Amino acid sequence: MKFLKEYRDSKLAGEILEKIKKVSKKPAKLMEVCGTHTVSIFRHGIRDILPHNITLISGPGCPVCVTPNKHIDEAIELCRRPGVILTTFGDMMKVPGSESSLSAEKALGADIRIVYSTLDAVDIAVNNPEKEVVFFGIGFETTSPTIAAAVLRAEREGLTNFSVLGAQKLIPQAIRALLDNNETGINGFILPGHVSALIGIKPYEFIAREFSIPAVIIGFEPVDILQGILMLVKQIEEGTARVEIQYSRGVPQEGNPHAMKVLFKVFEPSDAVWRGIGTIPGTGLKLRKRYRKYDAVKKFGIEIRESREHPGCRCGEVLRGVITPLECGLYGKACLPEHPIGPCMVSVEGTCAAYYKYGKRS
Amino acid sequence: MAEKKILLAHGSGGRLSHQLVKDLFLPVFDNDVLNQLDDRAEIYAAGVRLAFTTDSFVVSPPFFPGGDIGKLAVCGTVNDLAMGGAEPLYLSAGFIIEEGLPVDQLKTIVESMRKTADEAGVKIVCGDTKVVERGSADRIFINTSGIGLVPEGVNISGSFARPGDKVLINGYIGDHGIAVMAERQGLSFREEIASDSAPLNGLVKAMLEVSRDIHVLRDPTRGGVATTLNEIASQSNVGIVLQEEAIPVREQVLAACEILGFDPLYVANEGKLLAVVPAEKAGLMLEAMKKHPYGAESAIIGEVVADHPGRVVLSTGIGGRRIVDMLVGEQLPRIC
Amino acid sequence: MCLAIPAKIISIDDNIAEVEIAGVTRKVSLDLAPEAKLDDYVLVHAGFAIQVIDEEEALKTLELFKEILEHEVS
Repeated sequence: MKFLKEYRDSKLAGEILEKIKKVSKKPAKLMEVCGTHTVSIFRHGIRDILPHNITLISGPGCPVCVTPNKHIDEAIELCRRPGVILTTFGDMMKVPGSESSLSAEKALGADIRIVYSTLDAVDIAVNNPEKEVVFFGIGFETTSPTIAAAVLRAEREGLTNFSVLGAQKLIPQAIRALLDNNETGINGFILPGHVSALIGIKPYEFIAREFSIPAVIIGFEPVDILQGILMLVKQIEEGTARVEIQYSRGVPQEGNPHAMKVLFKVFEPSDAVWRGIGTIPGTGLKLRKRYRKYDAVKKFGIEIRESREHPGCRCGEVLRGVITPLECGLYGKACLPEHPIGPCMVSVEGTCAAYYKYGKRS
Repeated sequence: MAEKKILLAHGSGGRLSHQLVKDLFLPVFDNDVLNQLDDRAEIYAAGVRLAFTTDSFVVSPPFFPGGDIGKLAVCGTVNDLAMGGAEPLYLSAGFIIEEGLPVDQLKTIVESMRKTADEAGVKIVCGDTKVVERGSADRIFINTSGIGLVPEGVNISGSFARPGDKVLINGYIGDHGIAVMAERQGLSFREEIASDSAPLNGLVKAMLEVSRDIHVLRDPTRGGVATTLNEIASQSNVGIVLQEEAIPVREQVLAACEILGFDPLYVANEGKLLAVVPAEKAGLMLEAMKKHPYGAESAIIGEVVADHPGRVVLSTGIGGRRIVDMLVGEQLPRIC
Repeated sequence: MCLAIPAKIISIDDNIAEVEIAGVTRKVSLDLAPEAKLDDYVLVHAGFAIQVIDEEEALKTLELFKEILEHEVS
């Protein structure tokens, strides 16, 4: 596989690792913002081969994990409505809401379909004109433009039976919120490669400028990750703070302006509630006025009065990088992959699930 | 069991399936034969040592590249018997058919069962048919049961893996799961990925000719290689260490997994077996396997260790290590 | 948070491209990367091409990797 295999070369990985060991002296607490990094780091066993002075902590970049119960409850409410087909990415199926999950609702007979692309959801709407098709929209800047493109296609085709339950989020300002709280003492950021492929480097510049913390946009293969960590520790040793791009093959400086234009044609920034973090201004997306007829919550008059989160669940602190899953009293006991209590245990890329799956049990 | 309703994941072969068996079926059916929890029961009838097993097939779609539900239904049961070293003899076939299934399709499925049975050297000797209302089943479900003879001196069980043993597999992993999933997910292949479904009793026979001292044989079907090795590790109370780079995976299967967000270690196989054999027999066994048509790409992929009993650890390509857990729930295509 | 993989465009029909990754093909939308051309490598996420891969940059990264290797060896 071109552009994939060469970045999994074990010899190269070993050489870069040696270099990291040579360069890195100071303690370095690095946060991987993105859940896909978390999974890749565990999957390739990177944590264990790094020198002890480098600590990797996981951040809030798992869209499943930061989706508050309210949205899941809304999705559940929607799929119970007669004539509704709820379409979703596979990722959301098992996430527990206040009382149920989509996978449990499906077992009870709700018409819930897993799609790989938002356009598959539009196709379902085209093929089922007598049904109402709702797409459960989660994701960050990488995914949200695909949701916007689906709305535009629905408009082009004059579909009246397609709508979106929006729960998308924007990343950079969430990083600012973490830094404003300054609970974790982060020395460097591993920035998400695929979000950056869309937004480019500029939205992160405040990290270096205002907080003097180095940050590198990094790809997802093991050699990428190690090279990116090397770039970060070099900066830390030099005492400099810049935003750099390691993943230059996928991330031009300016990102993908066309896709961002599509995104902001359909959506506008709004405040958003992040599970465990709270409301962060300007990190959500809502449909612009012209497209509001595609808003499923309005269309079906969904109102969730009160959503409950499990009182013992510490996903919020895990998402902020304040604690590791091992410090949560539920982790590995009441909260297991087969009976997840919090979302970080549900999503494959949730920090708790990654810890558990790849063997950090105690 | 914590769940109040049966979920799809209870049938996925992963952790919930195991809990269902352990918490619901075992306490009720409770007997010494069942409690062994191998893929087949070993029973003595009139002094003869028999292996007996049953399996149901609900694959959707019923036709896929490299096979169909009929071929699977024969292979699945033949393989469950073969994994005990037994020579499969007779099968039963039960059909649950949805009203409206084209007779042509049924005929194709039945003929494919016959063809596979002939290849495996077994006879389908009894059967049953039920037809249910449209919507009560997805086209066709098939159950097969089978019996076979266990030869003298053969003692194979999931609980016999010993530290020092080698772990072998008879070829590329994940072909079946990806062949079936690709149809559903709109993936196409330049060179078709066909299901690996195959009756493995011939291969097992060839292996037993090398040595009867095979400790474990298992077919990594639902839940894939990862789940099956976890079962072995836990039944034998040993650890297993896998070498990522030694595990045969087709590049196309790997690519399809990348697209769908799957891990090939958890993707289903229908013509694969995992063998745990004493280290000194591993080389000869590997050679014998490679000579068989269903073992040409065989490889030694890991070894059994005394450390971390019940756990499977993978040495990753770049020199890291990670625990390979059982499948939890079904693998769903994901974007994150 | 977002899986995406490099795939080569092998045909384009209006705004739909057929892409290939190691012999696996799939149709993806070019709505978000209309500038993508035949034979380009694109990052594919959830059925969309989201970015054209810069082959020159990819080569540069690899060259850099190689230098690391050679440097360490010598």
